[in-house]
Amino acid sequence: VLELTTFSLLNGLVYGLLLFMLSSGLTLIFSMMGVLNFAHASMFMLGAYFSYQLGRWIGFWPALVLAPLLAGVIGAAVERYGLRHVHRHGHVPELLFTFGLAYLIEELVIMGWGRNPIENKVPPALDFPLFTLWATSFPTYKAFMMLVSVAMFAFLYWVLKKTRVGLIIQAALTHPGTVAMLGHDVPRVFTLVFAAGTALAALAGVIGGFALLTAPNMAAALGPIVFVVVVVGGLGSLGGALVASLLIGIVQTFLVALDVSLLDGLQRFGIVLGRDSALYELFTIKVAQTAPMVPYLLLILMLILRPRGLMGTRDT
Amino acid sequence: MEARATGAAAALPVVAGAGGWRRAWPWAAVAALVVVLPLVPGLDSNFVRSLLSQMGIAAVFALSYNVLLGQTGLLSFGHAVYFGLGGYVAIHAMRLINGGWPVPMALVPLFGGLGGLAFGLLFGSVTTRRAGTVFAMISLGLGELVVAASLMLTRFFGGEEGITANRIRGPHPFGIRFASQLEVYYLIAFWTLLSVGLMYFFTRTPVGRMCNAVRDNPERAEFVGYNPQRVRFIAFAVAALFAGVAGGLSALNYEIVASEALGAARSGSVLLMAFIGGVGHFLGPILGAVVITWLQVNLSDYTSAWQLYFGLLFVVMVLFAPSGLAGLLALHWPLVRAGRLGRVLSAYLLALVPALVMTAGAVFLLEVNYRLATKPELGSRMRLFGLDLDVSRPWPWLVALGVLAVGFAAFRRTWPIVGAAWAEATAATRGASRS
Repeated sequence: VLELTTFSLLNGLVYGLLLFMLSSGLTLIFSMMGVLNFAHASMFMLGAYFSYQLGRWIGFWPALVLAPLLAGVIGAAVERYGLRHVHRHGHVPELLFTFGLAYLIEELVIMGWGRNPIENKVPPALDFPLFTLWATSFPTYKAFMMLVSVAMFAFLYWVLKKTRVGLIIQAALTHPGTVAMLGHDVPRVFTLVFAAGTALAALAGVIGGFALLTAPNMAAALGPIVFVVVVVGGLGSLGGALVASLLIGIVQTFLVALDVSLLDGLQRFGIVLGRDSALYELFTIKVAQTAPMVPYLLLILMLILRPRGLMGTRDT
Repeated sequence: MEARATGAAAALPVVAGAGGWRRAWPWAAVAALVVVLPLVPGLDSNFVRSLLSQMGIAAVFALSYNVLLGQTGLLSFGHAVYFGLGGYVAIHAMRLINGGWPVPMALVPLFGGLGGLAFGLLFGSVTTRRAGTVFAMISLGLGELVVAASLMLTRFFGGEEGITANRIRGPHPFGIRFASQLEVYYLIAFWTLLSVGLMYFFTRTPVGRMCNAVRDNPERAEFVGYNPQRVRFIAFAVAALFAGVAGGLSALNYEIVASEALGAARSGSVLLMAFIGGVGHFLGPILGAVVITWLQVNLSDYTSAWQLYFGLLFVVMVLFAPSGLAGLLALHWPLVRAGRLGRVLSAYLLALVPALVMTAGAVFLLEVNYRLATKPELGSRMRLFGLDLDVSRPWPWLVALGVLAVGFAAFRRTWPIVGAAWAEATAATRGASRS
């Protein structure tokens, strides 16, 4: 049990940090422009595919740097030539634009790499067990994922809080008019933040690509979870996003490890349900099967109990 | 936002008390058209009847979606949940009828609607607490939740294979057995007309008007004494009801409902239909449903990349024509009335030539790429636009890129001409109406 708990905790942490890498970029973009970028998970997917392709041409380490940069350039172009254009029509068209973009990126990925999952293998430099506890070994690439995500947050925190650029970004979040008055190019700051958020998502894609299956539907699979994280954490709150990511990551990993159903629990107390009982099917569901539903159940629970999210400040 | 602010209600002029006939004749004309259409020689094949049936289902679904998006300003990414759940309730009703329930098969869509309404009331009480972006995300999450649940509870949902039933076995008043596609078409047409009429009626009720108010300014609506949450909830329930009717019609038409009916892809496609048709006009989503269904059925014969083209069309519409096809038509209506459409049309024709050249280049590139990526086993020889090509050589690529670039350059040249013609025509129209 201790073994199971430790490894579930570690895996949950890896997954949660990955979720936070995605949701932090999303939150940053949202609090700046008030638009939830529906295509954010698509950028994650692009990161995974770019790193696979670049990794085959020039090796993994350069790809780790280049793939996010490439995605960042795409993000900047999307903001400059797309989002800025629809911005004057209001928020709903903005959301629709990113929705269309997500649709389009999925189709383009199919066009580029086919419908089937690609063999996005862990590079040999990271493909060995880091340590073995009891009988289970912990792979190095997972430790590497944790390392990259933690390093990235430290960097992000440092940029936002300690540098001049961060100061301008923070000011532009709350007082864009005043910042523009002081001679800063606020639209360019927007483009920069959007590009940075996209690059962050792509970096998560690079390191998350070999932990998850790299396939054209990965954006559609992960996207809703990331949006749930952002809403549960409270729209626009980085701290809330961190707590929600870790919570969902750890709870989901723990549930996957549990191979029992309600029926087993009832049997322990001597209650036996007949096969013909109306709810029999409901009770036979394994706890592990419900893991994919956890984020959404959490979302609904949160809405009933605390509509603004864990650490949210705005009401709409 | 002007197009939306004028809203669904203003799209059709109100003729208050000016005699029932003047208001009723468009409806009568449409009903007559719907009755006659599948009997017109050339259109009387089963293929056309099935296509028209699909269009009817899509029209009800898209209109129900527009009760949310166009009328109340709620962007939902999970509207198919109510379509699918309504469909499941309907197919189970059909199975009961097969088993001996004394209910005519023609009433099955009603069960679909009630199913949609029940789930709409249940889920709507949670989701409509918030509006805007958060509502969009919740609808998305709820959609995922229902899909996950549907794959788990196989007794009700039938898993991936779905649930099947038979529309012929059961009581048959008037001897209508729904054995032919024509009979099914008329049944679908009846329910479609009824639903469209009811939804139009809903836009005219005080609640329907309050939906517009809540969409445009929830704060003011609250000051006037209405609870925006309550209004959103009512609109949500109405939308779920008619989505359920559409799901019931689909269950009747295909005799099968599978979990794909609930899924994100279906939710996305109804959003596409409503938006491309135009959410600011009552008839927009119907237009979108008809056009998109027609494209879906026909385009998928020619190319496997049709979803890509839909995505492109959608993004282009969001960028350049956010009021949809209906909005574009409405924009030209004053010119038609003033008789100045010809001036603009000739400019359009001029711009159309390079636009077509540009499109041809892009389509060529997309088709070749798509084929190479998704069906590598077919090799590099292919037929496109009636040409036999070997795409492992560079020249087809170079020619396509060249065509694309030339088309784009020419299009940028001609576009200002269109703008000038447009400005001139509208100015003349305004001048004429003033004098």
